[in-house]
Amino acid sequence: MAEVLVYVDHVDGAVRKPTLELLTLARRIGEPVAVALGAGGADTAAVLGEHGAVKVLTHDASEYADYLVVPKVDALQAAVAEVSPAAVLVPSSAEGKEIAARLALRIGSGIITDAVDLEAGDAGPVATQSVFAASFTTKSRISKGTPVITVKPNSAAVEAAPAAGAVEALSVTFSAQATGTKVTGRTPRESTGRPELTEAAIVVSGGRGVNGSENFAIIEALADSLGAAVGASRAAVDAGWYPHTNQVGQTGKSVSPQLYIANGISGAIQHRAGMQTSKTIVAVNKDAEAPIFDLVDYGVVGDLFDVVPALTEEINTRKG
Amino acid sequence: MSLRIVVTVKYVPDATGDRHFADDLTVDRDDVDGLLSELDEYAVEQALQISENSDDDVEVTVLIVGPEDAKDALRKALSMGADKAVHVEDDDLHGTDALGTSLVLAKAIEKAGYDLVISGMASTDGTMGVVPALLAERLGVPQVTLLSEVSVEDGTVRGRRDGDAASEQLEASLPAVVSVTDQSGEARYPSFKGIMAAKKKPVQAWDLSDLDLEAGQVGLEGAYTVVDSATERPARTAGTIVKDEGEGGKQLAEFLASQKFI
Ligand SMILES: Cc1cc2nc3c(=O)[nH]c(=O)nc-3n(C[C@H](O)[C@H](O)[C@H](O)COP(=O)(O)OP(=O)(O)OC[C@H]3O[C@@H](n4cnc5c(N)ncnc54)[C@H](O)[C@@H]3O)c2cc1C
Ligand SMILES: Cc1cc2nc3c(=O)[nH]c(=O)nc-3n(C[C@H](O)[C@H](O)[C@H](O)COP(=O)(O)OP(=O)(O)OC[C@H]3O[C@@H](n4cnc5c(N)ncnc54)[C@H](O)[C@@H]3O)c2cc1C
Repeated sequence: MAEVLVYVDHVDGAVRKPTLELLTLARRIGEPVAVALGAGGADTAAVLGEHGAVKVLTHDASEYADYLVVPKVDALQAAVAEVSPAAVLVPSSAEGKEIAARLALRIGSGIITDAVDLEAGDAGPVATQSVFAASFTTKSRISKGTPVITVKPNSAAVEAAPAAGAVEALSVTFSAQATGTKVTGRTPRESTGRPELTEAAIVVSGGRGVNGSENFAIIEALADSLGAAVGASRAAVDAGWYPHTNQVGQTGKSVSPQLYIANGISGAIQHRAGMQTSKTIVAVNKDAEAPIFDLVDYGVVGDLFDVVPALTEEINTRKG
Repeated sequence: MSLRIVVTVKYVPDATGDRHFADDLTVDRDDVDGLLSELDEYAVEQALQISENSDDDVEVTVLIVGPEDAKDALRKALSMGADKAVHVEDDDLHGTDALGTSLVLAKAIEKAGYDLVISGMASTDGTMGVVPALLAERLGVPQVTLLSEVSVEDGTVRGRRDGDAASEQLEASLPAVVSVTDQSGEARYPSFKGIMAAKKKPVQAWDLSDLDLEAGQVGLEGAYTVVDSATERPARTAGTIVKDEGEGGKQLAEFLASQKFI
């Protein structure tokens, strides 16, 4: 059976959920071989093996942390040369897309980004994309070379599928470009203890209607009652009420949770571009004409300062 | 010293319009007005700021690959303050994918001459966010991408990249390819003076032969990707909307419970 390379997104050996989703999709096309780079790469083997990776290729070098993107491209290219895979799958993070693009160019292949589903097809893997702010669904494939496809978080269920997960050292020679862009400083993001925005099953967002950073406590309380991540519109972020990393939308994160709750958000096209693929959409807005109501499965026309705390209280009561 | 900046700008269908695909599954450009991709305004803005903050002699060229109408987008960038423009236009470019676009852009950038390329973080139509990385790979220069802050001094570009896990400080020697996010600073509005001045600024037109490229390398024929179908998403079935008369929170909780979220 053909092998499929899966690029592993991990933090010091802790594998992020989108990679496990990729393993599910990779098994539809062939046998997943994972590539885990940098510190802790070898520690990923157990969990990758539980989710179907037959092999885990690892390589550690300081270049991965000290220079931007290119060292990872060099390594992935080495893995492609070693495995001759039927496809290469990469999580659709900002960095993942850049790595995938440079790899595709080097190996003479095409690239599809932000796939939301993947199937085996007669002429290679067929990717589903959700485009134009999710108003169209396209099916595409790569017609030349080894398909390189990046996949959005929450595009597949994580499935257990025990496999060998045997660790093998990958041999990598860094290119002249590898050390071109130095990382001279790094400030890690503080953990909030809440789920990662792009990976969360439920996202609770606040917009301009929240009207102040202190009021975001109301949004956070609702999120915590549901075990949800907190999102924000660009208006709320630009006003300085919530960090930019929590922005949902075209220039923020694109999320695809089971449930999205928009509070005090009008539903501008750029916001919708980042949340329209959510399975169930709920909104609280005092303006009955707000465009967000065109999308909702359930909407409450009302003041969020009344509705949201009442909802939170009711959820907490029901949970007992 | 002089510094030559090339800013890549894309001409895209207005996102607030009703965007569609044509019969050949490329973007229908007749249906909706086009404009300068809003995220590229940030790239123009940073180029102008680098120019204004520099003691060197800085020249800002805006570069577009697109149809005849794409001139509108170049005019906008020129009226913001760019010095000149290059328009790569050729019928054979119809349906070019990301790899093809980056090939044409790279050839044009080399022909124009550059020390620094500045792009937007992503176009507002394809939204791939890969062209700047592809340009760096093709040009063989450092990529310093997705910057929310950028500065250039003594042949070195520095910037801040806010990623998921961390915020990083980056540094590279020129020549380099930079892309900037919408956090890099509001783009200026063209002034009346700028709009008038733009009319006199040079716009160079190149076709594929000017770039030593052939039809088969670009367009639908040269593409590495094939779109097999594009279907409009069915409109969401009208949801339930209630007015809060004191019970809105409870009603919403009831809905969430019925959907097994609580
Ligand atoms: C290039 C570009 C990229 C962009 N990218 C993004 C992006 O990634 N994400 C994004 O979100 N936006 C983005 N935008 C901005 C977008 O166009 C909108 O401006 C933004 O989404 C508006 O945020 P909002 O809905 O919170 O604010 P508004 O549009 O001002 O809406 C606020 C809403 O809150 C309601 N409200 C007010 N008070 C209350 C209350 N007490 N109770 C209940 N409801 C209340 C109002 O009725 C209103 O509907 C982008 C714009 C551009 C040009
Ligand atoms: C809905 C949709 C989905 C698509 N999916 C794919 C796909 O999966 N694979 C694929 O290969 N192609 C795809 N394409 C085609 C792709 O959009 C074009 O090839 C495009 O020119 C390059 O990609 P982008 O616009 O997404 O660029 P991005 O990488 O998002 O653009 C980044 C920056 O590059 C610059 N830039 C991009 N294009 C131009 C241009 N023509 N002229 C000047 N500057 C430019 C701009 O500064 C822009 O801000 C898709 C197009 C659409 C409309």
